[in-house]
Amino acid sequence: MSVLVYTESENGKFKKAAFEAASYAKGIADALGSSVTAVSFNAENTSELGKYGVSKVLEISNDKLSKFNADAYADALSQAAKKEDAKVVVLSQTANDKYLAPILAVNLEAGYAPNVVALPESTDPFTVKRTAFTNKAFNMTSISTDVKIVGLAKNAFGLKENETEVSSEAFEPSLDESDFSINVESVDKATNKITIADAEIVVSGGRGLKGPENWEMIEELADVLGAATACSKPVSDMGWRPHSEHVGQTGKPVAANLYIAVGISGAIQHLAGINASKNKVVINNDPEAPFFKAADYGVVGDAFEVVPKLIEKLKEFKANNA
Amino acid sequence: MKILVCISHVPDTTSKINFTEGDSQFDKNGVQFVINPNDEFGLTRAMWFKEKQGASVDVVTVGEADVEPTLRKALAIGADNAIRVNTPATDSFQVAKELAKVVEDGSYDLVIAGRESIDYNGGMVPGMLAKLIKANFINTCVGLEIEGDKATATREIDGGKETLSANLPLVIGGQKGLVEESDLKIPNMRGIMMARKKPLNVVDPVDADKRSEAVKFEKPAPKGDVKLVDADNLDELIDLLHNDAKAI
Repeated sequence: MSVLVYTESENGKFKKAAFEAASYAKGIADALGSSVTAVSFNAENTSELGKYGVSKVLEISNDKLSKFNADAYADALSQAAKKEDAKVVVLSQTANDKYLAPILAVNLEAGYAPNVVALPESTDPFTVKRTAFTNKAFNMTSISTDVKIVGLAKNAFGLKENETEVSSEAFEPSLDESDFSINVESVDKATNKITIADAEIVVSGGRGLKGPENWEMIEELADVLGAATACSKPVSDMGWRPHSEHVGQTGKPVAANLYIAVGISGAIQHLAGINASKNKVVINNDPEAPFFKAADYGVVGDAFEVVPKLIEKLKEFKANNA
Repeated sequence: MKILVCISHVPDTTSKINFTEGDSQFDKNGVQFVINPNDEFGLTRAMWFKEKQGASVDVVTVGEADVEPTLRKALAIGADNAIRVNTPATDSFQVAKELAKVVEDGSYDLVIAGRESIDYNGGMVPGMLAKLIKANFINTCVGLEIEGDKATATREIDGGKETLSANLPLVIGGQKGLVEESDLKIPNMRGIMMARKKPLNVVDPVDADKRSEAVKFEKPAPKGDVKLVDADNLDELIDLLHNDAKAI
């Protein structure tokens, strides 16, 4: 019996979310007196996982799985869980993990708790704390099935180093045609841009920027910080920025280490979507903007003056701290 | 083509969230309920299939009688029939199982659900439902075209999009992008009048087991006050972000 963790990779490299999920799985394994087995798909350097407490890696190498496919990945993970007699399966909450989780839950007849933010409060009954009402509340969820699936919210647990001797073995799940009934026709992904999902820092602009032509400074600020760019709902609705940048309740959730909001007043729906971020900075000329109540740091001022100055200061800071 | 749109009855996005009965229940007092926004984008896309491709559109929800105004709103937007499975929705697997029965009884070709509800944010029901009825499943769907029994869908992935194709029957987890915000319909008087006469069928639940339970709720700890930095002293902000927050 072990705790199984799905360690997501892209182009052969593990995502940070995979290391975080592994760290968390180790925490559960310790509570259960068990060990962690990871499943990797076409990943290199699987021994890296030992750093985060994984003691065994089931390595899948299969060209048919070079592109993510929820049915096939879920099938492979189910077979791995059965082989290892895993009672707990840990996932992260990337778009792909969220896609395969319910399929995996049906395959394994498992209960599934998504958006989990901490180690189980108790393991019998198995009870975990998760976010609900789009981060406006937490919910203690108990799972009653024999096999449990836990989806770990991004940046909720962090990376915990736990150097462990790791062995690996090749794993060949038996996949059939029904696993490939959905065809991936094309993938359109900017390779040179930091995504909101992966970013440690997100710089976001709102209506206070007055028009799409003023986004250059947002992009420059993001550039200096190595951040992703995002926007508020009205900005995406008006077509100033693409929908893929819309963050908030009906847009993308943000759980960054640092979220900088420029010219965003802070509607309740926006705040719900971003308040899993650890540090929030607001720059707004209206001291009454609700965002100031939700932020950790605030600058009352005109974005068109503050942001360019901030960019210059950050450049200096980066130069001095390089 | 027969389309079923799954509707979740959720608190309006501006609602204050409170709990009652020893923090074990959501406090519905004074809360306005709406069609889950992710479901509304799907419903509106379904209306497009109805107008352009002659599809029939039914809506379904799992819940007790208090969810009916939300179903009536979906009828007023243009759905043909509404179905309410008469049992409280307590767990995603239970809801998926109830919906599976409705889909099987109605032989639907396409099931449109939202990628997640804005109350429990589970994001589980569409995928579970698809696997229970052995249909294809596409999540975070931001574009959908149907031709004959073949669907072409755009899925939002982290940092981009991908185009997928699959045969019907299909279940999608939809979101904004299926239609634009400006395409959403506010029901007009005629729609509201007609909705009163449209069928709202109440069906008995099947015996669906629960796999998880929401035991208790809590609200986030109150936040400390914002630390204001003078616009002329941005060095202080950088210092705070570096030394205090350790974020840069």
